Amino acid sequence: MLDKKTWNRILQGQLGGIAEKVEQGKRLSREDGVFLAESSNLPELGLTADYARRKRVGDVVYFINNAHINHTNICKNLCRFCAFGRTAEAPGAFALTLAEIAAKVEQFKVYRPSEVHIVGGLNPALPFSYYEEMLKIVRDALPDACIQAFDAVEIDFLAEISGLGVKGVLSRLQEAGLCSLPGGGAEIFNPAVRREICPQKISGERWLEVHKAAHQLGLPTNATMLYGHLESPGDIVDHLLRLRSLQDETGGFLAFIPLPFHPENTSFSHLRRRSGFDDLKIVALSRLLLDNFLYIKSFWIMLTPNLAQISLAFGANDLDGVVREERIAHDAGAATPQYQPLENFLRVIRESGRIPVERDTLYHVLRRF
Amino acid sequence: MPQTLNMERISDKVFSGERISAEEGLYLLEKADLLSLGLMADQVRRRKHPRGVVTFVIDRNINYTNICCCGCRFCAFFRPPRHAEGYLLTQEEIFRKIEELLAVGGTQVLMQGGLHPDLDLEYFENLFQEIKRRYPVKLHSLSPVEIDYLAKKSGLPLEQVIKRLQEAGLDSLPGGGAEILVERVRQEISPEKIGARRWLEVTAAVHRMGMKSTATMMFGHRETPGERVSHLEAVRSLQDESGGFTAFIPWTYQPGNTMLGGRAISSWEYLRMTAVSRIYLDNIPNLQVSWVTQGVKVAQIALAFGANDFGSTMLEENVVRAAGVGYSSSEQELATLIKNAGFAAAQRDNLYHILKHY
Repeated sequence: MLDKKTWNRILQGQLGGIAEKVEQGKRLSREDGVFLAESSNLPELGLTADYARRKRVGDVVYFINNAHINHTNICKNLCRFCAFGRTAEAPGAFALTLAEIAAKVEQFKVYRPSEVHIVGGLNPALPFSYYEEMLKIVRDALPDACIQAFDAVEIDFLAEISGLGVKGVLSRLQEAGLCSLPGGGAEIFNPAVRREICPQKISGERWLEVHKAAHQLGLPTNATMLYGHLESPGDIVDHLLRLRSLQDETGGFLAFIPLPFHPENTSFSHLRRRSGFDDLKIVALSRLLLDNFLYIKSFWIMLTPNLAQISLAFGANDLDGVVREERIAHDAGAATPQYQPLENFLRVIRESGRIPVERDTLYHVLRRF
Repeated sequence: MPQTLNMERISDKVFSGERISAEEGLYLLEKADLLSLGLMADQVRRRKHPRGVVTFVIDRNINYTNICCCGCRFCAFFRPPRHAEGYLLTQEEIFRKIEELLAVGGTQVLMQGGLHPDLDLEYFENLFQEIKRRYPVKLHSLSPVEIDYLAKKSGLPLEQVIKRLQEAGLDSLPGGGAEILVERVRQEISPEKIGARRWLEVTAAVHRMGMKSTATMMFGHRETPGERVSHLEAVRSLQDESGGFTAFIPWTYQPGNTMLGGRAISSWEYLRMTAVSRIYLDNIPNLQVSWVTQGVKVAQIALAFGANDFGSTMLEENVVRAAGVGYSSSEQELATLIKNAGFAAAQRDNLYHILKHY
C-alpha cells in the first residue's frame, strides 16, 4: 500500500502536475500524454499509474479460462507486420472445416472454458454461412461459454462478402451465438503508419465505426494497440485518445490491450523489439489516459509472464487467459509457452500483493481466490 | 498505523541520505511495495551517479576449467575430477579467446573456474605473466574461493598468495562464491565451499593488498529474507573497513540441472532485491544488473530500481568466431537499451573508469 509520504514525493516530482490531476480525478490532456510517453522516469510513472489503478478498480487482478480457435491463416490483407497470414497457395496455409472446428471444440469441453476466442484471416473462399455455422457449433457444444469472435477487420470483410452491412452482419452473428468482439485490428490509427504496416487493412475510422455499431447492438468489445513498429509517441497518445472518445460515447469497451510488436518472421524483422521500459511505459500510459476503461490487460503470451507480472505494478489489472492454443503471436516468434496452469496465475498475482479473480468475458466474477 | 509510520520513517531516512538498519532493510524487503522501493533506490542511484550514466564492460568470461572438487549443490557447471565431460583449457586456447576479445574492443578478461586439484599458484602466476606479456588486458579474475584454494594448496599466507598473483598481473577480483554469506544457508547449498567468514577474510586481504573486487549475491534458493539482509550487512560492514568493493551484483539462482533443484524466483522478486540492495549498500558505488539470469528486458527495467551498470557484453565463443559481426551488435544492443531507458551509455574498465561514451 502506498504511503502518504511517497505519494507526496510523486506530487513534487517530475510528473507532479499529472499526478495531481490524477489525484483530483481530472482528465489528462494530449500534452500530458505526450509528456508521459517521452518520460523515462519509470518509478514515478508507475506509481502514478498504480495510484490511478487502485483508485479506479481496486486490487483485483482478473484472468480467464479461455480457449482459442484460429480458423484460417489464409488472408487477403497480408499486413506487413503479420507472420500468420498467407495466401491460399503458400506453404502451411489452412482453413479448418466445420467438422474440424467441431472436433476441436469437443476437445475444449474437458477444460470447461468460460470463453471461446475466435479470430482468423480474411479468407475469400469461406462464405458468410461458414461463420454463422461455426458460432452455432461452438454455442451448441459449450452453451455456457461466451464466444468472443471476429475482430472489426473480419466484421467489415463479412459485411462486404454478405452484402448485409456491418449492423446486419453483427445481428446475424449475434443470433448465432456471438457475445463480444475482440479488439484486434486496431494497430495504430494514424493513417500514415497504417499505410506502411497494413496498407490493405480497414482504416482506423472504419475500425471505430464497427466497434460503435457493435456497442449499439449491445455487443461489448475490447480495444487493442499494436506498438513497437513505426509509430511515434504522439501516434500512441492519439490512438488512446480516439478510444477514450468512443468510450465516452458508448461505454461499450471492456478491456484495453496493448500489444508489443514481434518483428521476427515479418517484413519488419530488422526492427528491434521494444524494450522492457517501453512495455511498462505503454501500460502505465494506457491506464492514465484511458480514465474511462476499467480493465487494462497485459497479454502475458505476448509480454512474457515475467513482464506481465511487473506490469501489474504499472496499472494493469488483467492477465488474460489460461490460453490453450494461440498461433498468431507464436508464428511471429513469441517465445512463451501456450499454457499457464492456474497455480502460476495465482502465484504471480498474489506475489504482486493483489487478489486473483477468475472472470468471464464480461468481467463477471466466477471465482475469487 | 505503526507500519505506515515505519515505512515513512525509512523513506525519510533514504531520501535524506541516512543509513538504514538491518531491521529496516528487512522491513523494506518484506513489506514495501515494488515501486516505492524503486523510487527510493532510484533516489540513491541518482545521488551516486548524478549524471545518469550507465556503464558496461566489454569482456570475456573464460572458464578455464569445469573440474571442481567443491561440488556445490546449486551449480550445474562443474564436473568432478576424472569425469568424462571435464575439461581444462590450454594456454593456447586461452590466448586465442583473448585475441578474439581484443579484436572487438574488449578490455577485461574474467577468468574463473572450478577448484581443479592439479592447478597451483605457479600455474596461475605463469598464466597471468604470459597473458600480460602478450596482451593489453585487465585481469579481473579468480574469486575469493579460488584464492583460498591456492593458499591452502601452497601453504602460504593469504597476503603472499595475493601479492604473487598481483605481481604476475592480476588486476582485480570478481566477487563470486559469496552466494549468501550465512553459514546455515551455505551448509545447505554448498557445504564444501569456504564459509562466510573465510570469504570475507580473503576479500578483506585482497582489499588490504590494494586490489578492488566486486561482491555478488546469489539468492532465491534456501535463504530467508532475513538472511539476505545479513548478507547485505556483511558486505556493507566490510566495505566500511576496506572500501575495496567497486560494485554489488545480485543475481538469482537458476535451478536447471542442479542437485538443489527447485523453481526460479520471479523477476518481480529480483527487482525488489535489486532495489533493497541499492538502498542498503550506501557505501558501494555501483550496482550491476544480471541480464544473464533475467534477460535484457528485465535487466533494463532494473535500471529504474537502482542499478547503474549493465555488466558485460559477455562474448560467447560461437559469436566471437563469427568474425566481427555478432559482438559489436551486442555492444550496440547494450548501448541502445541504456539510452532507451533515458540514460547515457558508456564503456568502462574493470575499475569502473569510463573509456568511451556512446
